[in-house]
Amino acid sequence: MTSMPESAQLTRNPPPVVSCRDLTKSYAMGEQALQVLRGVSFDVKPGEFVAIMGPSGSGKSTLLNLIGALDTPTTGSLSIAGTDVGGLDDDELAHLRNRVIGFVFQQFNLLRRTSALENVKMPLLYSRTPAKDADAVAAQRLVAVGLGDRQGHTAAQLSGGQQQRVAIARALVTSPQLILADEPTGALDTKTSKDIMDLFTQLHRDGMTIIMVTHEAEVADYAERLLRFRDGLLVDDIRQTPKAMP
Amino acid sequence: MNLANYLTSALAAIRLNAMRSILTALGVIIGVASVIVMSAIGSGARQEVERSISRLGTNMLTISPGSSRSGRSRGGAGTATPLSEDDMDAIADRIAGVSAVTGSLSINAPIIYGNKNWTTSVTGTSASFPEVRDWEVDEGYYFTPEQVQRGAKVAVLGSSVVREVFGGASTIGERIRIAGAPFEVIGVMKTRGQAGGFRDQDDIVLIPLSTARARLAGQNATVPNQAGSILVKVGDAGDLAAAEEDIVDLLRQRRRIRTGMQDDFRVRNVAEIVQARTAAQQTLTWLLAATAAISLIVGGIGIMNIMLVSVTERTREIGLRMAVGARKRDILAQFLTEAIVLCIAGGLIGLALGVGATYAIAFLAGWPVLVSGTVIAVGIGASAFVGVVFGYVPARQAAHLNPIDALRYE
Repeated sequence: MTSMPESAQLTRNPPPVVSCRDLTKSYAMGEQALQVLRGVSFDVKPGEFVAIMGPSGSGKSTLLNLIGALDTPTTGSLSIAGTDVGGLDDDELAHLRNRVIGFVFQQFNLLRRTSALENVKMPLLYSRTPAKDADAVAAQRLVAVGLGDRQGHTAAQLSGGQQQRVAIARALVTSPQLILADEPTGALDTKTSKDIMDLFTQLHRDGMTIIMVTHEAEVADYAERLLRFRDGLLVDDIRQTPKAMP
Repeated sequence: MNLANYLTSALAAIRLNAMRSILTALGVIIGVASVIVMSAIGSGARQEVERSISRLGTNMLTISPGSSRSGRSRGGAGTATPLSEDDMDAIADRIAGVSAVTGSLSINAPIIYGNKNWTTSVTGTSASFPEVRDWEVDEGYYFTPEQVQRGAKVAVLGSSVVREVFGGASTIGERIRIAGAPFEVIGVMKTRGQAGGFRDQDDIVLIPLSTARARLAGQNATVPNQAGSILVKVGDAGDLAAAEEDIVDLLRQRRRIRTGMQDDFRVRNVAEIVQARTAAQQTLTWLLAATAAISLIVGGIGIMNIMLVSVTERTREIGLRMAVGARKRDILAQFLTEAIVLCIAGGLIGLALGVGATYAIAFLAGWPVLVSGTVIAVGIGASAFVGVVFGYVPARQAAHLNPIDALRYE
């Protein structure tokens, strides 16, 4: 568990994007309750690039689901962009996922037979963005990830690295305050992984808050802060110098 | 998402699985087509019955002799003492509201013209027959009371007889032989068509009542001036029930039937006959509708089945949509729209096929059909309804997926 040595100075800093206090999550397994998170507290400040590591069963995926507003905590408090997640209903959680959070998945999760542009646009369909604006924003995000010339290609026609870029453009399309990446390079080769991590580094330099779960130390090196989890507890909170882009 | 998004997404999903979509919609296509065909045949038949009501005339009463009685044994219908022209006159004179009366003595007899031979219903009537039946002469004239009086050998033909015997050529002034005796054709009746789809009313030869009695029916010993059935036209349909009662009283009196004894004659009104027929027709329509509804339900089950498969196949997509901000009702609406679009598309194709098949049947089988706006609306409405009913369960299942599990689904 982390202490908060700088708490006196926090008031002058901007409010944290993510703030957890004594967070627990347990699942009913028949008669018994399985406690996956056993009291976790930490803050993520705007603009931070955080890597989360830990063996499987350490609770890191559960934590990511909670921060991603896909699930609600059992006890403790979790606030995302100033909103306490604990008291939200399904629709409010969906709204939070739509406007505040951008997801990047290991398996990209693109609609394979749908064009890159349509894939990027999808979150905008759920935010009542006018169709014309949606097209323009989606096209702009594709340019930003270096796929301006691939708008009409279906996901199936793109390479793995390109698909993950489309997925990142999709995560960015609603201008979220936070990007959540779950093993973003897990399905990519070393060279492509590096390209994708360079893209994350670029986003970080532009001021985006990024939380990334990974089990590869080399990937975690790109972050400026490393949280290690074990048995449902936060065991390490390390500031590090991120590996720079070449 | 708005409606346009749902539609776009539904159409895209249907296009991606074009073959499967078509096969799935086939159930609805066949269901709607059968709804259209069945109800077109049903309402065609009903319309035909309704038309025949007006053809027969609703304010007409038919009086026919009933069964005879001697002791305990009863004869068949028509074995009682025949009705006579005196009965006719009594009804015309003494029953209030009666506007015209005629006899109707029918015998099936062969008629011969040249080398043509045709057996038809030869019916002896009074001169007032056209008025009683609301049936006009098309060509020539109907025989006069004077011709009836003297038993003239003249005939007025129904249009089917003209077609069968004369091949449609002009017949006025021609001579035909009925039961061996020569008759002059003096007129042709207007075409009336089928009566309730069962009997051709135009297959008839009309001759004076007296002539029919003398030449065809043979003399009845007790009633020399028998009239067959008596047809009574009541001027105002509202007087029908009263007239019917008065006629029964009058005839019981004339035929000396004691209180407590049953009538030996029958008074029927056309409306009753037609009502019975309409009821039978209604049963048929319901049967047809039930058959069609069952095939539509089977089609709906097909839709539900494939939508359930689709939800399972697209579990990750559903999880993703939820992760990027889709609410439960967005997912529900998306899959429901897909089912409804599939059903309505099937419904439209089924409508086209059904209307085509209906006219093919009308043409090939010669059945009366009626494709009404209501039928079309019901067909389309039913397919949309099937979409909602059978699309709801799969859509609800999709909407209630847990986003975390859905995203991990392999």
